[in-house]
Amino acid sequence: MTVRERIRQNISAAFYRHGLLCASYPVPIILFTSASILTCCYPLLKLPLPGTGPVEFTTGVRDYSTPSHESQGDLSERPDWYRGPPVAYIQQVLVKAAVSPWDNSLVPVDVFRSPLGRVFSVLEEIRNHVYTDRSLEALCLQVTDLLPGLRRMQAVLPEHGCLLVSPGNYWQNRRDLFDADPDLLKTVHQHEPKGLHTSATLKDLLFGVPGKQTGVNLYSKKRVVTYTITIALSSYDARFVASLRARLKQLHPSANCTLREDHMVHVHFKEEIGIAELIPLVTTYIILFAYIYFSTRKIDMVKSKWGLALAAVVTVLSSLLMSVGLCTLFGLTPTLNGGEIFPYLVVVIGLENVLVLTKSVVSTPVDLEVKLRIAQGLSNESWSIMKNMATELCIILIGYFTFVPAIQEFCLFAVVGLVSDFFLQMFFFTTVLSIDIRRMELADLNRRLPAEAGMPPPKPGPLRPRETPPPPRPSPHTITLQAPAFRNLRLPKRLRVVYFLARTRLAQRIIMVGTVIWIGILVYTDPAGLRTFLAAQVSEQSPLGEAGLPPHLGVAPVFPGGDPTSTLSGLPAPEPTPLPENQSQGHRAAHPEVAPVSSPQITWGPEDEELWRRLSFRHWPSLFSYYNITLAKRYISILPVIPVTLHLSPQEAIDTRHPQDTHHAPPPSIKTSDLQTDLTLYKVAALGLFAGVVLVLLLFCLYRVLCPRNYGQNGVPHGRRRRGDLPCDEYGYSPPISEISPLLLRGHSMDIECLASDGMLLASCCLVGHIRVWDAQTGDCLTVIPNNGLRRSSSSGCWEHRDGGGAVGGQDVDIFPIRRRTTPARPALFGDQPDLTPLIDTNFGLSPPSQALSSSGFDFGGLVEKAYQEHEPSPTLAFPPSPPPVLPPELPPQNNGDWDSSVWAMELRGNLIATGRSSGKLELWDAVEGSLRCSNEDGVSGITALAFLNNRIVAARLNGSLDFFTVEITKPLGLLQYRGPPGRGSLPPSPCYSSEDVISCQLTRSVQCAHQKPITVLKAAAGRVVTGSQDHTVRVYRLEDSCCLFTLQGHSGGITAIYIDQTMVLASGGQDGTICVWDVLTGSRVSHVYGHRGDVTSLVCTTSCIISSGLDDLICIWDRSTGIKLYSIQQEVGCGASLGVISESLLVTGGQGCVSFWDLNYGDLLQTVYLGQSSEGQSVRQLLVLDNAAIVCDFGSELSLVYVPSVLEKLD
Amino acid sequence: MPRLEEHCWSCSCSASVKTQELSSARWVVCKTAEMMSIITSVLSHAYGSLHSLQSANLIRRGLVLFIVGVVLALVLNLLQIQRNVTLFPEEVLDTLFSSAWWIPLCCGTAAAVVGLLYPCLDQHLGEPHKFKREWASVTRCIAVFVGINHASAKLDFANNVQLSLTLAALSLGLWWTFDRSRSGFGLGLTTAFLATLIAQLLVYNGIYQYTSPDFLYVRSWLPCIFFSGGVTVGNIGRQPGSTFVFRNET
Repeated sequence: MTVRERIRQNISAAFYRHGLLCASYPVPIILFTSASILTCCYPLLKLPLPGTGPVEFTTGVRDYSTPSHESQGDLSERPDWYRGPPVAYIQQVLVKAAVSPWDNSLVPVDVFRSPLGRVFSVLEEIRNHVYTDRSLEALCLQVTDLLPGLRRMQAVLPEHGCLLVSPGNYWQNRRDLFDADPDLLKTVHQHEPKGLHTSATLKDLLFGVPGKQTGVNLYSKKRVVTYTITIALSSYDARFVASLRARLKQLHPSANCTLREDHMVHVHFKEEIGIAELIPLVTTYIILFAYIYFSTRKIDMVKSKWGLALAAVVTVLSSLLMSVGLCTLFGLTPTLNGGEIFPYLVVVIGLENVLVLTKSVVSTPVDLEVKLRIAQGLSNESWSIMKNMATELCIILIGYFTFVPAIQEFCLFAVVGLVSDFFLQMFFFTTVLSIDIRRMELADLNRRLPAEAGMPPPKPGPLRPRETPPPPRPSPHTITLQAPAFRNLRLPKRLRVVYFLARTRLAQRIIMVGTVIWIGILVYTDPAGLRTFLAAQVSEQSPLGEAGLPPHLGVAPVFPGGDPTSTLSGLPAPEPTPLPENQSQGHRAAHPEVAPVSSPQITWGPEDEELWRRLSFRHWPSLFSYYNITLAKRYISILPVIPVTLHLSPQEAIDTRHPQDTHHAPPPSIKTSDLQTDLTLYKVAALGLFAGVVLVLLLFCLYRVLCPRNYGQNGVPHGRRRRGDLPCDEYGYSPPISEISPLLLRGHSMDIECLASDGMLLASCCLVGHIRVWDAQTGDCLTVIPNNGLRRSSSSGCWEHRDGGGAVGGQDVDIFPIRRRTTPARPALFGDQPDLTPLIDTNFGLSPPSQALSSSGFDFGGLVEKAYQEHEPSPTLAFPPSPPPVLPPELPPQNNGDWDSSVWAMELRGNLIATGRSSGKLELWDAVEGSLRCSNEDGVSGITALAFLNNRIVAARLNGSLDFFTVEITKPLGLLQYRGPPGRGSLPPSPCYSSEDVISCQLTRSVQCAHQKPITVLKAAAGRVVTGSQDHTVRVYRLEDSCCLFTLQGHSGGITAIYIDQTMVLASGGQDGTICVWDVLTGSRVSHVYGHRGDVTSLVCTTSCIISSGLDDLICIWDRSTGIKLYSIQQEVGCGASLGVISESLLVTGGQGCVSFWDLNYGDLLQTVYLGQSSEGQSVRQLLVLDNAAIVCDFGSELSLVYVPSVLEKLD
Repeated sequence: MPRLEEHCWSCSCSASVKTQELSSARWVVCKTAEMMSIITSVLSHAYGSLHSLQSANLIRRGLVLFIVGVVLALVLNLLQIQRNVTLFPEEVLDTLFSSAWWIPLCCGTAAAVVGLLYPCLDQHLGEPHKFKREWASVTRCIAVFVGINHASAKLDFANNVQLSLTLAALSLGLWWTFDRSRSGFGLGLTTAFLATLIAQLLVYNGIYQYTSPDFLYVRSWLPCIFFSGGVTVGNIGRQPGSTFVFRNET
């Protein structure tokens, strides 16, 4: 263990130093890393680009010998596939034939009938060629059988014997069949596929030249027929080939033929990727992208989320490239299909380390220097990073010892990739992170400067970092939520940019553009493949496709009907006799050049040298695949073509005519064929469009399925607009009739501001200051303490409970269950108080939107706001959704006297209600009788928060002071009774005071300057009082002697939420979105996490986790011991911030007009209970959990009591 | 729906009068009405159950799992078929979609069942699964699962035992990396056992067959694939419901 500890310490220290280094010199380190990435990737330039097109290699014919199987290292220019004999040697005999001179007595069919007929004689010649006892039969590639699925090709392709294909195959190489064929074109085209076809067509295979160039159609302008006789040789005999060439040349000499004959081309074919193989590949890539998306989405709380995500992806990708590059450098050539293993490599390497680093650095205290933050974050995670890396290396090492070549290679790549990834993470990513954090700090500094200069109250308060725009603060101590509609208006520029990016789906578009560029590169590097393929597709679609693309589209039709226009040149027909002299032939052939255009002429140009290049790149693979010979990963050698020129006399053409040829129907005009070509183009385009639409739809569906959350946190306004009238309802159907029916407690005329309970009783106070006490079990109203009767009580000191009985009697009518349809007329409660009656009507009629007042879980925000409206009316303009038109008319009757009646804080213990007033007065009321027992007017500043524990009352005041009061009972002790424990079982019993006791409340100690700024939160438990203030600190006091134990510093914003319970767990949340967990005994910080973009509005703990809610409408569940976020729940906008924990695994949250129950273990929404029929605009701001599995929440001017026994049963 | 039913009634009645085949027509009409009422009741039941939050969540989860299962089965089956690849992709697709259409459906159903069983079992045992619950690791898990399948289809091993051992190690690694719960292991084993048994039975009855069986009638790596598939599907099924619940909110 000690060794381990020491190693751990060393690693941690090393990482710390490294972090310091990275953060100190960011630019040199980034330059260094980029340089090393480029260096390592340099060997990649030698590797071919990914693509499936064939690769060529050219050698000379003269000194050709079959390459041996062993690789010869010295020949560097030789590709590594050029080993061993090829599958076949391809010898093509290129025949160009024409009827010359053209006679106007000839019909269009004559253009190709007799030239095609000559193929049989040439074939005969080739078959019978013998050179020193070697015949073609001995040398050629013997094929045995066609694939079983190709029965329809049986008649056309040679089924056994030599693989020798020519147009003669259409007629089984029999001249008599050819002569008897009435329609040659039909025969040729009958095998053409109808639809789009990916492989080479039969016509291509047999003619051996692209369909356009054969000249076998009725409208050819050149009247030259071109075709090839393709011979596949299994072994290469140079002398035989040479003699065949000489013989053919001698028989059919070619004029001015200058084809080069000294190069043979070896074509290597890659592995074919069919649709069947592409589907798994595409699937893996989709999974990969989903993984990257989900991973980078977790990056949070940084200046530029996108930048960091990009850096993370760059880190992983360049580490992969580096690994491939390094392996290539050390002579290990990749044999695996790179595209196939790439996703798995990314998954093995993973983005986890990067995310862990980011999170760790981000969770370091903000107030530290950037360097130290980086260093601390690195060293915190050093151990886990090293451990993970060691584990992965071990696993890969185990994989290496499986001794399967493929796995070994994969492992080798993965090891190098892992190491280079580690290197990049440590140097590249850490540095980028440090830059990002520094930028964030700078931005924060710039924003905070005006706020720090001095805090004039009317100014908007300090803007906080990394959050949705904070609501403007008219008063420094007000914690106010804004209406959601207004939150969207004041976005900072940076957020707007991010939203814009997310809205326009920039990432997807970049990916799309990348794909297009990649396809472009493929087309560019693979000209023999896709381009010709597409061209062939387009041209072959029309049945008369050869006429499809005349060079001049605008030219008038050449052969209308009987063809009278194409007159013949006056030249005599040259006899097609073999003439050995090329010169004379050339001279004669030169003559037609000056002749009219219609005269056919045979020319040989350099483009004829390698006519096979114009064929589809699948030409050879498909030819061989018909005989079950695959060319994948093998190569063929293409010998130089043998040119053959045939000149036929018109007489010969007429002789070979079929009787039906002259009856040929007049051909359609060229325009229709143009149209057909165009239609084909449109067809292709439509197909492409359709595929695109399908792809987009597919991606959309995938997006909907896989990405359920807000994309980049936008879409809130749209979602808001869509489902305006049903809050908290994600499904679009009406709220279900829940089995839990809430009990509505009615009686208050205004919105409820304070809510207190001790388990048995429930006290509520509304805006006008009426206090009502309810029975928490039955919901009966026990006592009403109206406000304006107090004018007398202040003079007499004892207020008579005059109308108590009547009020209680009337209250029973007021308790409606929610499902009652008809709302009975509200009885006039305050008939004897005429000044308030119009007030009540006004309130119910207008029903101010109360989410504007939603406070941070404690009852204090709205009160202060109200007080603010009283004292300084001008800043109320900053609260547009708040009801200024409603509030002012009610204020005058309250301010008539010297009595400032608004209750700012209220607590209930035993049967005593402690109320803190805005005037600074503390009052104690008897909850049952409704009589004022005692009051204390020592302080002048308004009481903002109260805590009532045992016999002590702690009051936090507006000026930041903290007063400790002691409640003393002067009656003999014998009369003092104790009730059962009212709290959650462990609270000390509160004394129950009888009405005879004289209760006095004395100020025992007043801490004048407890905080520099107003106290926002006050909580007391376990003998401790905890206060949180706007001055970023939390203070812990001991209740007995009111001594300050600790001042806890760690937040970089005002404290907005505090949780403390009997087990001395203290958690605090601030305006900076951080949550700190403290040890109350030592005052040390246990953990510190960034939870929210915006204020933490509420905090609750269970024994295992911490639940926080924030201004960003997110509820986060954290592991209490480790501080790791377990998961988060995205809530409806403005769903309120109230939280409560009913049992260990049941969470209740308040929403707009509803409360929701969640299963804490799984994050499942268990149930949503709707509090009212028309719930819009009323949000639950306060939520109290009573110990009898009931929750109380305020709902506008009503209280709602919800019993949840069914939920409890389900869980326990 | 009732109106539609009536319409159907009247239509078939008039048709029967015209054709004068009263008895058979009446029988057809009766059957039609019966069928329609059944369909109506089923639909209304389904619609009503949609109202309940729990079952809606369950159905949605099941649907997602089913789709995942179908897609994975299609893709992985393709991988297996590919070993005897023909050069004609059309034919491969034909065989995939015509002869073995029931395989993806079965796999999808199985995925839904297993995926829903996992959280149920967790809840029953009272040990909620907290290890690596975010979607990123789930996607990673799926990728590894596809990788294992890829390896089983593409790699050329010296002998079958080696291949099976490697795959077994890989699937155990998958469980350890992404699950690490007892219930997951147990359910995975059960799934593997049952699925292998079913596969054996299917092959025994000659419904389909493996090229070179070495474990009774099937390949010996089949249980490993099923095990890792169970773990993967369970991982998906265990995702917190909130992601499903809030899907419509985006």
